[in-house]
Amino acid sequence: MTSIQGAEAGAEAGQGSRRDVAVVAFAQTVHRRSTDRLSEVELVLPVLQDVLKQTGLTTDRIGFTCSGSSDYLAGRAFSFTMALDGVGAWPPISESHVEMDGAWALYEAWVKLRTGQADTALVYSYGKSSPGSVRDVLTRQLDPYTLAPLWPDAIALAALQTQAAIDAGLTDERALAATAVRSRRAAEANPHAQLRGSADVGELLEQPYEVRPLRRHDCPPVSDGAVAVILAVGDTARALHPRPAWIRGIDHRIEAHQPGVRDLTDSPSTRLAAARAGAFDAPVDTAELHAPFSVQELILRRALGLSDATEVNPSGGALAANPVMAAGLIRIGEAAARIHRGESRRALAHATSGPCLQQNLVAVLEGEQS
Amino acid sequence: MNAAELLATVPALAGAEPVTRVTIPARLDYTYSPGSAQTRFLKALTEQRLLGERCPSCTRVYIPARGVCPTCGIVTNEQIELPHIGTVTTFCIVNIAAKGLDVEVPYCYAYVLLDGAHVGLHARIGGIPHDQVHVGQRVEPVWREPAARSDQPSLAAISHFRPTGDPDADPESYRRWM
Repeated sequence: MTSIQGAEAGAEAGQGSRRDVAVVAFAQTVHRRSTDRLSEVELVLPVLQDVLKQTGLTTDRIGFTCSGSSDYLAGRAFSFTMALDGVGAWPPISESHVEMDGAWALYEAWVKLRTGQADTALVYSYGKSSPGSVRDVLTRQLDPYTLAPLWPDAIALAALQTQAAIDAGLTDERALAATAVRSRRAAEANPHAQLRGSADVGELLEQPYEVRPLRRHDCPPVSDGAVAVILAVGDTARALHPRPAWIRGIDHRIEAHQPGVRDLTDSPSTRLAAARAGAFDAPVDTAELHAPFSVQELILRRALGLSDATEVNPSGGALAANPVMAAGLIRIGEAAARIHRGESRRALAHATSGPCLQQNLVAVLEGEQS
Repeated sequence: MNAAELLATVPALAGAEPVTRVTIPARLDYTYSPGSAQTRFLKALTEQRLLGERCPSCTRVYIPARGVCPTCGIVTNEQIELPHIGTVTTFCIVNIAAKGLDVEVPYCYAYVLLDGAHVGLHARIGGIPHDQVHVGQRVEPVWREPAARSDQPSLAAISHFRPTGDPDADPESYRRWM
């Protein structure tokens, strides 16, 4: 009975005035290859405190808390409960966790805010890749009976995808190297990035293959890092930030689990999520794409129909820092931060999960209409 | 429909033995990082010291410290050395041997609220018949000899807690922290 009443209350609140949701604060760590002196909560706490300070909010004024992380990275069951120490869960708070990138935690929080169950939300995620071998850990997300026993690691699967794109005539090794150079040179302006700056294309192409056709520069760095975002509705958002980054649309779509049944050179799930999020209703000036491998930026650009008029990954993207479980939420945060700073009017943020862009989330953010 | 019935619907597989089990070994190795606060706690144990941390906001003292006050969500950076005496606030008698735990059953598993702390330390109670363990009992740690400890800092530096023989603690002293 109680839950039915609760659901009705939420629906009623949602039927009232339109509940616009905005990103009002964003913080991330300086991402590093290893943070072996820090526990997970010690890694997360500074970014939690940063976003609270930016908004002047205290933990007791957060209506909903949602996080993303993976026990497989930590090597420990229910690892996220340790990080909860950082959010001050007393008196008991309304909280949830996704075993996914924090972008999906943000989606859950957005639903809570849209349906009137909270006015503010704290969303955070973190990933420490350094305790284990992340390329082996990621094999555990594959089909456990027919695929995972082969231990096809994340780089090998991305190499299959890259070769498919080259064979389809969509790109070549030189163009992919140019993507890596552009990303890491953009990251020179990003103090949080792990790889900042790059040798030129000619020099990169002289390097040996990692997993052919991928060279080291086509692959993301292995990163430890954390991110936090605060969401708020309507006038609450306006009170917390002079230029809230309004989430005009957000959607996520998934493709088949078995990579063999997919066309790895395309991303129909990204295209559909973007359409549902309203990304094609008007041009975007900025796109933060979660493309850990160089070829994936190309695939996403094509799926999203981005023109050269859109600035892609001014932060450097996941090629410059790739804390697994945080890198997608960081894309949303970076896009929002551009709007906060007045550098973007309409931005697209994308997050991915699973092998070879299996699952994709697209959000469209805008500044205040003047 | 069971596996055999399912196979029977495919002519080419009629009569085939259904696969009912696959064994796929998998192993991932991790290096655990206890972090700054727990490292301080674990190192103190090797010196037979009990190191807690005080929250600057609510003033609660936590042991083991994790660097953060779990109720306030803020950094606890004031270290507090706690005395080697505490009070049993709850306990149970374990009769089922835990896998990988080299302890004879039955044994007594308890919360020990060290004097000055606001959270119970998980511990075993020994040196007394189990039917004499009770809430409010005053206990002290029995440390393993340095030679008997592993090279790595660990909670196993404390073998167990044993009664001091002192009168029971005033229930008001631990009522809020049970």
